[in-house]
Order: sequence, then C-alpha cells, then structure tokens
Amino acid sequence: MSTSTLFAATSGFDSLTGGEVMVAQNIAFAIMAVTMLVSAVRMVTTRNVVHAALYLVIVLAGAAGIFILLGAEFVGVTQVMVYIGAIVVLFLFGIMLTKGSFGDDDGVDGERRSMAAMVGALVLAVMAAALIDTFRDAELSRAQPSLTADIGDLIFSQYIVPFEAISVLLLAALIGAIVVARGD
Amino acid sequence: MYLNQFLLLSAALFAIGVYGVLARRNGVLVLMSIELILNAVNINLVAFAAFGNQLAGEVFALFVIAVAAAEVGVGLAMILLLYRNRKSIDLTQIDLMRG
Repeated sequence: MSTSTLFAATSGFDSLTGGEVMVAQNIAFAIMAVTMLVSAVRMVTTRNVVHAALYLVIVLAGAAGIFILLGAEFVGVTQVMVYIGAIVVLFLFGIMLTKGSFGDDDGVDGERRSMAAMVGALVLAVMAAALIDTFRDAELSRAQPSLTADIGDLIFSQYIVPFEAISVLLLAALIGAIVVARGD
Repeated sequence: MYLNQFLLLSAALFAIGVYGVLARRNGVLVLMSIELILNAVNINLVAFAAFGNQLAGEVFALFVIAVAAAEVGVGLAMILLLYRNRKSIDLTQIDLMRG
C-alpha cells in the first residue's frame, strides 16, 4: 500500500459520520458479545480446568473491550492488568498446585446439572424480562470517553474512605491468604 | 447503542456464572464462575455510568475489581488448604457440617 492510499484511508477514518461510528460500535459490540458468551459457556462446561482458565481469559478480555467501547478506558486497562495479568495467573497456580486431585467431572450428577441449568435459565429470564420492560429503548448518549484524571479526582476526594477501606481489605486478605495457605 | 444490549449481555454472563457455581464440583472452577459473575456486575456498573454520564459507576467498578482480587487470594488459599488436608477439591465431598 502506498503512502498516499494509506493517508487517504486514515483521513477517511477521521471523517466518519455519526451514523457510521454507530454501526462500527454495534459491529464491535456484536463480535465481543458473541465471543464472550461462547467462551463463558465453554468455560463452565469444559472438562479440562486449564482450558477453563484460558476461556476465562477470553471472557475477561472481551469485558475489557466492552469497557473501552463504553468510554471507560481506565477501567478497561485495570481489567487487563488486574484480571488477566494477576488473577488468571493466580488461578493457573491454583490449578497447578491441586492438579491430579480431580478426575473428569462429567457424567456425574446429571440431576445437579439440570437443576443448575434451570436456575440459570430462570435468572436470565427474569432479569431479561425486567430489563427489556424497564429500559425498552434507552439510548446511550455518545458520551465522551471518561478522563482518567477525573476518576482519580473522584477517588481521592469523594470516595477516599471506601478507597482506604479497600486498601486495608487487600492487606487483610493478603495476610489472611498467607496464614491460611502456609504449610507448617 | 442501546443501554439494554449491555445489560442483557451482563445478565447472560451472570446466568452462566450462576450455572457454573451450582453445577461444577471443582473448587477452582467455582471460584472462576464467581469471577464471571463479578465481571457481569462490572459491565452493568460501567454501562450505567455511561448512560447517566457519571463517573461513580466506574469508580465502583474499580472497587469491585479490587475486592475480586482479594476474594480470589483468600479463596484459593482455602482451596489449597482443603487440598492439603483432604487430597481433593471436590466440593460435593465437603459435607462435614451437613445436617
């Protein structure tokens, strides 16, 4: 591709009209939503625990994409760093350390599975009915992406007490996890 | 974009997470399903933050992420302890306090 066509392509991107942006957003949403739902279903049904963790990564990455689509870039980046970077690694270590303790867990408890599926379907049906009834065609205004600086201001002014509580909670959880898992 | 498309995606993820918590017997997988539920909640919070043009929802989504991290740490520690004591993390076998 020559420089001129590349330039034309980028300038064309800049001059997207509002309607075209909407279409692009909807396509992006559809792709991410389908990927997330398929991966989530595979995660709770797969027999291999490691595969389940990797499907969880896809769901979490999709959620990060949804956050960015909603203009919440800081939450999206935090999602990638904390969830995909740290929590999934923690899960993989947990799987490794308990490996071999578990055979296949399929074919057992068919009744339990059907009951769980029924509960899940009921939860979804009730929530979907309520949501569709309440927010029938509430449109998201094409809001500006939220600024990270504003979030920082808010956390360190209005929400300073919950923020400090969260940091103490994290410390307590850390110490608690060490005490619980320490082998003596 | 409609608000409902995000809320319905979140509801579907929540329901899948509930299924995972109830149906799976592996303790680690139950914890992963709980993460799925918390993520569905986060999508809801951020969607409403965008809907109302307020930042409070995003701040609370960050808090939920922090609490989820703490919860996974403690939960996995408990599962490790369980594995060390019983050589199994099958949650259906944990029935010591069954009435």
